[in-house]
Amino acid sequence: MQPINEIHSVMTPLDRQNVDTDQIISKEFLKRIERTGFGKYLFYHWRFRPDGSPDNDFVLNDPRYAGSDILVAQDNFGCGSSREHAPWAIQDYGFKAVIAPSFADIFYNNCVKNGLLPIRLPEEAVSELLEKGKREPYQLQISLEDQTVRGADGTVHSFEIDPYWKQMLLNGWDEISLTFQYEPHIEAYEKKTARA
Amino acid sequence: MGRTLYEKIWNSHVVVEEDAQPDIIYIDLHLIHEVTSPQAFDGLRTENRKVRRPDRTLATMDHAIPTMNRHLPFEDKVAEKQVEALRKNCKDFGIELYDLFSRRQGIVHIIAPELGLTQPGQTIVCGDSHTATHGAFGTLAFGIGTSEVEHVLATQTLKQYKSKTLAVNFNGELPVGVTAKDLILALIGEYGHDFATGYVIEYRGEAIRGLSMEERMTVCNMSIEIGARAGLIAPDDTTFEYLEGKPHAPKGEEWEQAVAEWKQLTSDEDAVFDRSVNFDCEKVEPQVTWGTNPGLVVSVNGSVPDPKEMPKEKQKMAESALQYMDLEPGVNISDIPLDTVFIGSCTNGRIEDLREAARIVNGYKVSEGVRALVVPGSFSVKLQAEEEGLAKIFTDSGFEWRDAGCSMCLGMNPDVAQPGDRIASTSNRNFEGRQGRLSRSHLVSPPMAAAAAIKGHFVDVRDWPIKVREEV
Repeated sequence: MQPINEIHSVMTPLDRQNVDTDQIISKEFLKRIERTGFGKYLFYHWRFRPDGSPDNDFVLNDPRYAGSDILVAQDNFGCGSSREHAPWAIQDYGFKAVIAPSFADIFYNNCVKNGLLPIRLPEEAVSELLEKGKREPYQLQISLEDQTVRGADGTVHSFEIDPYWKQMLLNGWDEISLTFQYEPHIEAYEKKTARA
Repeated sequence: MGRTLYEKIWNSHVVVEEDAQPDIIYIDLHLIHEVTSPQAFDGLRTENRKVRRPDRTLATMDHAIPTMNRHLPFEDKVAEKQVEALRKNCKDFGIELYDLFSRRQGIVHIIAPELGLTQPGQTIVCGDSHTATHGAFGTLAFGIGTSEVEHVLATQTLKQYKSKTLAVNFNGELPVGVTAKDLILALIGEYGHDFATGYVIEYRGEAIRGLSMEERMTVCNMSIEIGARAGLIAPDDTTFEYLEGKPHAPKGEEWEQAVAEWKQLTSDEDAVFDRSVNFDCEKVEPQVTWGTNPGLVVSVNGSVPDPKEMPKEKQKMAESALQYMDLEPGVNISDIPLDTVFIGSCTNGRIEDLREAARIVNGYKVSEGVRALVVPGSFSVKLQAEEEGLAKIFTDSGFEWRDAGCSMCLGMNPDVAQPGDRIASTSNRNFEGRQGRLSRSHLVSPPMAAAAAIKGHFVDVRDWPIKVREEV
């Protein structure tokens, strides 16, 4: 996992609630057995019309936000399936952070395990960002170390993140290697609970 | 202070507990399927790691597989490659696989209970959000992502923070003709589909005690649709009767000992939940969803709500749901015409579901222009339904009778709804495009779906004239 800390980019305002995992990455793209290459399918049915042409009304097709690293959306982002293809697609498309008032549990976990930074901000703060971002391209500066999101106009929002997840993201730790350090504990547990 | 059922299971699985980091908890059973596992096995290979407990790992194929003509090569070559990857991974890492032609193949959440692998007090995980199904046995079961699948394969543990606890007390009895599916849909409708985010639910109360194991699985299955990671029901005699004699259930003296232990798996009287809600079951009627998440649901005798009359923060969402669903406020639910009916899935693909649906269908014909499918949840459900004569009832009525799998619940296999199709579905999600691009899903119970197939529109199944079944 790549370490992550400072992100400086224009934000992409996706002004929707309940963005579910079926919208993030539709099921027809889940058959690939690789971990990469899902970006081109991100929000596929919102980005492209049934005839395959891009829907220019959809925010990801708006050239003003091209190359953005930060996706901002409304509450309950990532609800639905456990498919990790969802954060893979968001990340592969180029986003490094997602800001929303709330996230579904499994999706949040999946983000953290992949070095995609999920940031919870209060609803009013997110609405404010979405308004600014929709009006004109709006730059944000995220610092995971300081736990802040700083807007181009100087507004600063602080966010909470679990200290352990924070360290994991900052250092790009491999969680399996960390758990392997406890192998004797796992072995002891297995011995203790084995049925006679 | 007393402990909740969740805390009891959690505590008995803690391997490492350290300050300022998640606990490491032991996983008793890891279920694998073709879609969310290939990248995890690749990760193991890259790091030269092995599967710690192949004996606690079980694989099947369910999500992307065809439900007909299985003897032929797949039409979908990408799906075929995925299935082949699972075969290779199971072989290389020594994991038991119930392959396409195994008599034990089926939807992962249907086969584990059937085989008696799901037992009270365990921890079970799977790369699938409907893993909560197993909670019906008083089992802590939840969905995980592929990185976590890899973590469990390598270590048989997970690093997790404890969730908050939510008690859902179902008061009163479930009315006649109202199913477990209606109960859970009504609950989600009342509180909203993200209400329980961050919580593990314990379903309690008289109505729950009265449910069969299969009905309890339907309730727990949809825990994720109210936002909860897992849903639990304390085991009781119904649980033990279901389990006794199942292939993997303990036998003889071990059985007696296991039951004695399982009886301790209840929340203590003085246990404190982080949150509790009470839900009156007696008011519940057969439910039909009208929107694009499971919380947008009304009674079959109701009508499509007007977003303007909804709380302000929900209006925009409701309006966009109605636009997608091509519905106008005020339209009677019973006037909505249907193109497709799907009976199956890990929510409602078990034998009791098929019996209930067949009881309605018996002696009737599927409405002209309606495509109706029954997809049993497992091979064993399929065989049993054939033995009981249910399959014949379905096919005589004009239903398609398929092999076991997830099928049109998520449309990853060739069973995809067409653009504009309106579906009555016994599955668990009505998200945009879930069952096929631009298709419109209405979630219902199996008898409601069966009646809708016959009539071509929704009807209150409580008024249905059942035809007595002749000798089978």
